[in-house]
Amino acid sequence: MADLLQIELVAADRVVWSGQASQVIARTVEGDLGVLSGHAPLLSLLVPGVVEIKPPDGEVVRAAVAEGFLSVADNHVSILSEDAFLASEVDASATRAELEAAQSDGDQDAVLRAEAKLRLIDKAS
Amino acid sequence: MAASVRELRAKIRSTQATKKITRAMELIAASRIIKAQQKAAAAAPYARELTRAVSAVATFSNVDHPLTTEKDNPTKAAILVIASDRGLAGAYSSSVMKEAERLVEKLRSEGKEVDLYLSGRKAEAYYNFRGREFVESWTGFSDKPEYQHARTIGNTLVKTFNTDETNEEAIDPERAVDELHVVFTRFKSMLVQEPDVIRLLPLEVVEGTEEPTEHEVLPLYEFEPSAHEVLDALLPKYIHSRIYYCLLQASASELASRQKAMKSATDNAEDLIQKYTRTANQARQAGITQEISEIVGGANALADATAGSE
Repeated sequence: MADLLQIELVAADRVVWSGQASQVIARTVEGDLGVLSGHAPLLSLLVPGVVEIKPPDGEVVRAAVAEGFLSVADNHVSILSEDAFLASEVDASATRAELEAAQSDGDQDAVLRAEAKLRLIDKAS
Repeated sequence: MAASVRELRAKIRSTQATKKITRAMELIAASRIIKAQQKAAAAAPYARELTRAVSAVATFSNVDHPLTTEKDNPTKAAILVIASDRGLAGAYSSSVMKEAERLVEKLRSEGKEVDLYLSGRKAEAYYNFRGREFVESWTGFSDKPEYQHARTIGNTLVKTFNTDETNEEAIDPERAVDELHVVFTRFKSMLVQEPDVIRLLPLEVVEGTEEPTEHEVLPLYEFEPSAHEVLDALLPKYIHSRIYYCLLQASASELASRQKAMKSATDNAEDLIQKYTRTANQARQAGITQEISEIVGGANALADATAGSE
């Protein structure tokens, strides 16, 4: 790999993950999107889901994101979301409780967020 | 000496107790400022990227968005006042309220009606006490705001602004506004905090502290699904982020003014204790002197009496 992508995964109140990667996969409103080095500049909207970041070596980094957006320019990928969690930061039972609470409240956004986190837990395990 | 030694001792003790409390509050405020500053620093990357993205969309597409369009003759404005939940922070809350009052006056003189939205118990108390109306208030987080608070406030405010066209959740048309201003306290340094006003809506993307550098050439983005939809999603987020920025600035300012107020309270307590101690020592000395002269007087009288009887 000649070029690597410079990734920044940013939540509203912190930088969740940053570093180099060869590929990023994220779910946008148009469907799943994979970004490789040399991708054309792009601004796209994310739906709550799992983002996968593949570093050149080592394990895939997975993170659950809420709605947000992704921008690609000059091999620089920024993934912005108001809430973002790495696989190591989510807890299955707590998330299930969160999902149930969200369902009983009828808060559709919160339901989607909790489901995204559960998908992350499934994938990570 | 007017006051007795015992009274003075009691005063010294109570002042010492007060001093301990103010000292503790000063130290707590000082340690929280550091946390508040770290939080502001942690929020900066998000704000920077968001500003970049918004300016990219604004530059490369001629999309008109209701949030950025100026009304021809605005008739109603909303003001978000960010004050503190608790007092003991010197003039912090009152200077914010003063600034807010000035803005209200100014907008009224321009012929606009004003709706008030408040953050912080002190702001709420100010308007409740004066029996003046406000639309909504949020309390309980002035010294440690989280992003979700900004989101809650932001959603309410965007809804009031965004009424005429793209309106799925109908709100009371009475509450619809043409402008939105925020009054908050800008944290300039540990010593200087100034109340400030920014106009949040209609949006001017240029203004802000986390701007991309001038020389940076923004790449020619593709927008997915479309520039308009991207802008639709970005702008409310941009507003949340701006409100979060204001809340963080306000909390850092609140803590800094509290630290300053508590420091001068501690200093004053020290002065008082010194003054009381001196007075108490004088009173004690005067008492001793009086006792001695009484004893000497008594002894002399006795001696005179015995000498006379012989």
